Amino acid sequence: MLAILEGAVGASVLALTALGLSLVFGVMRVVNVAHGEFFMLGAVVAWFVSTSIAGHPAIGFLAALAIAPLIAGAVAVLVDRLILKNVAYDPEATIVGTIGVLYILQQSALMIYGPEARPVEPPFSHRIALPWLEWGENGLAFFYPWGLSITSYKLFVIAAAISILLAFWLILSRTRLGLIMRATQMDRETALAFGIPVQRVYSIVFGLGAALAALAAVLIVPIQQAHYLMGHDPLLLSFIVVIIGGLGSVRGTIFAALLIGMSDGVISVFLSPTLSKILATLLVALVLVFRPQGLYGKKMA
Amino acid sequence: MTQTPKTSRRRLLKSAGAGALLAASPLIGRFASAQSSAPIKIGFQQHSTGIGAAYGRWYGRTTDAAVKMINDAGGINGRPVEIIAEDDGTDPKRGAEVVEKFSNQHGCDVAFGTLFSHVVIGSAPAAGEQKIPYFVVSEGHHVASGALNRYTLQPGITDVKSQVQAMAPYVSENLGKKVTMIFPDFAFGHDHRDFFTAAIEAQGGEVLEHIAVPPAETSFTKYFPKIPRETEVLYHVMVGPAVLTFVKELGEFFGPSSPAIFGFIDSLEAVDLASPGLEFLEGTYFWEGNPRYAQADQTEYDQAFRAAVGVDDNGASVSDPSDVSTYAHMFGCWETLNIIKAGMEASDYQSAADRQKLIEAVEAMTEMPESMQHPQGPKLFNGKTHQVFGVQYISRVENGRLVKVHTTSIEDTLYPDEVDYTTQSF
Repeated sequence: MLAILEGAVGASVLALTALGLSLVFGVMRVVNVAHGEFFMLGAVVAWFVSTSIAGHPAIGFLAALAIAPLIAGAVAVLVDRLILKNVAYDPEATIVGTIGVLYILQQSALMIYGPEARPVEPPFSHRIALPWLEWGENGLAFFYPWGLSITSYKLFVIAAAISILLAFWLILSRTRLGLIMRATQMDRETALAFGIPVQRVYSIVFGLGAALAALAAVLIVPIQQAHYLMGHDPLLLSFIVVIIGGLGSVRGTIFAALLIGMSDGVISVFLSPTLSKILATLLVALVLVFRPQGLYGKKMA
Repeated sequence: MTQTPKTSRRRLLKSAGAGALLAASPLIGRFASAQSSAPIKIGFQQHSTGIGAAYGRWYGRTTDAAVKMINDAGGINGRPVEIIAEDDGTDPKRGAEVVEKFSNQHGCDVAFGTLFSHVVIGSAPAAGEQKIPYFVVSEGHHVASGALNRYTLQPGITDVKSQVQAMAPYVSENLGKKVTMIFPDFAFGHDHRDFFTAAIEAQGGEVLEHIAVPPAETSFTKYFPKIPRETEVLYHVMVGPAVLTFVKELGEFFGPSSPAIFGFIDSLEAVDLASPGLEFLEGTYFWEGNPRYAQADQTEYDQAFRAAVGVDDNGASVSDPSDVSTYAHMFGCWETLNIIKAGMEASDYQSAADRQKLIEAVEAMTEMPESMQHPQGPKLFNGKTHQVFGVQYISRVENGRLVKVHTTSIEDTLYPDEVDYTTQSF
């Protein structure tokens, strides 16, 4: 149980982050190496917001939940306008460009925010513990805390991530914006011919991708802490997820995030955390060899 | 893709000139330091960024305070001390480059200040090659184990082997004999694993399980189910930016039903004990290199040391109570700088040519009484192993403060020599 829940927390945050990366690639064909830094940006902004607002931690947290994705999104739109547009979204140039953005964001965070890891107080946190049951010599015996122990906040993270994912899916499949985004994804030239402002769509998508990463970071930061180097791991895991799931496929991304997150939780509890990383990497290699387009990806023409 | 680099004559001359300048710079440095009024340059290898940043910040403040004290008292051999700080990013490769830079570019007399053991191990060979005395403030056992070289010394802080050895009797007598250890998976954590396991077995106890956590880990709950149920004492030591998460998740995992907990304060260095989620630490025990909270029997030296560095009675910065210091370690910078001063004065140090005399002078040191130069407590230096030994403190969390409950003797921390650096040639 503990393993599954720990895995689910990881998986839900991972799904949000990876979805941002996958969206950007799917629509824009841009491999955003700076994605992890937008994650970090979200966490750092969350710290600034929650510490500058007095009162109950929940108020600060809610404010952070709203402000952090907006700021990360705005920075991303700026990056899109200033950098990506000027290299004409050339796949190689954008990789180099976003590596630059990665360092700019990371070092600015170091200069402004400092090198410390700082905690954000969770809006609520109750410890929920169920004992481990075992039929022993004296009948049924309880063992605390080796059964299940989790905090209510962690459950909230899972629920929040699921609802955000659902909302995102609705936007993509039911609204005009989603339609435009899907059209741009399918064929940029035709979309342009039909009067879709592709440049604006690109900006929005890049901003949205960053905002998703920031949102995931705000959710995780009361569990972990905001630190200027924290973008590295989510970036790596997001790439793993996106490769397994298939670049640009929402369904694949979520499925792969669940797979990686859950297996990470379960394998680390029962075997070793290093082994789970090895398995994830192995999975990537296998997918690349046998199904280069990813589990749910469509073959490119 | 269109341009290929061409080497013109002008460019070649330019780079040759730059090379010549670079090659000449250590000479300039040497001439400068040969003049009697020129400052003595101490290269400070600082963890300003990376996982050691909190330590780097406080090592910096302590170093500045110690240098101020030394300069106010007339400097070393009548010359002022100048600190040249370079960030090593808490990275071994960068660390070695920084040591080379101190020697070649800045013309430093000595290098000093490194904490993280992997950086020490990565940098020490460079110090040996450059033949620059390298005073580390690291706690690692690698100096006394003989793994490094004659140029590397640790006279200002005790090593992990002596610390854990002195803790084992207290743990087995007062807390329990069945121990589970959680430690970071690199040299420093392995020192804990190896030496504490041996020390607790010597006390008739045993370690049920070793749980190694990769140093870059950010979430820890998944490791805790591996703690065996019959554990009586949980021994934890953790480093890096995620230490608060580690301790918080430990509390969430155990709730009110935990075994006795004994930790190294490293798990909470630079972290406020009053942070939310840490309430469960009440009544648990910590090793402290130097008590963070001013104790009832505080010495005048500790009081003056706090005032000089700018630390209040709760171990936090006087200007910002939320900026908690790395009090259990940073005294090492203060004491090391004072030893460099004493060594330079004993050897009548004038220039880089006297570096070997300086090392021999430090090797000749033995007892260091508790004083303004050694505010943490009395020490005993072993010139053969280049390692200092000193008293250790055990504190208990009472009402959210660390209260000292036990002080070991220096004898508790001694162990047989594993190396004799003095037999190595320079």
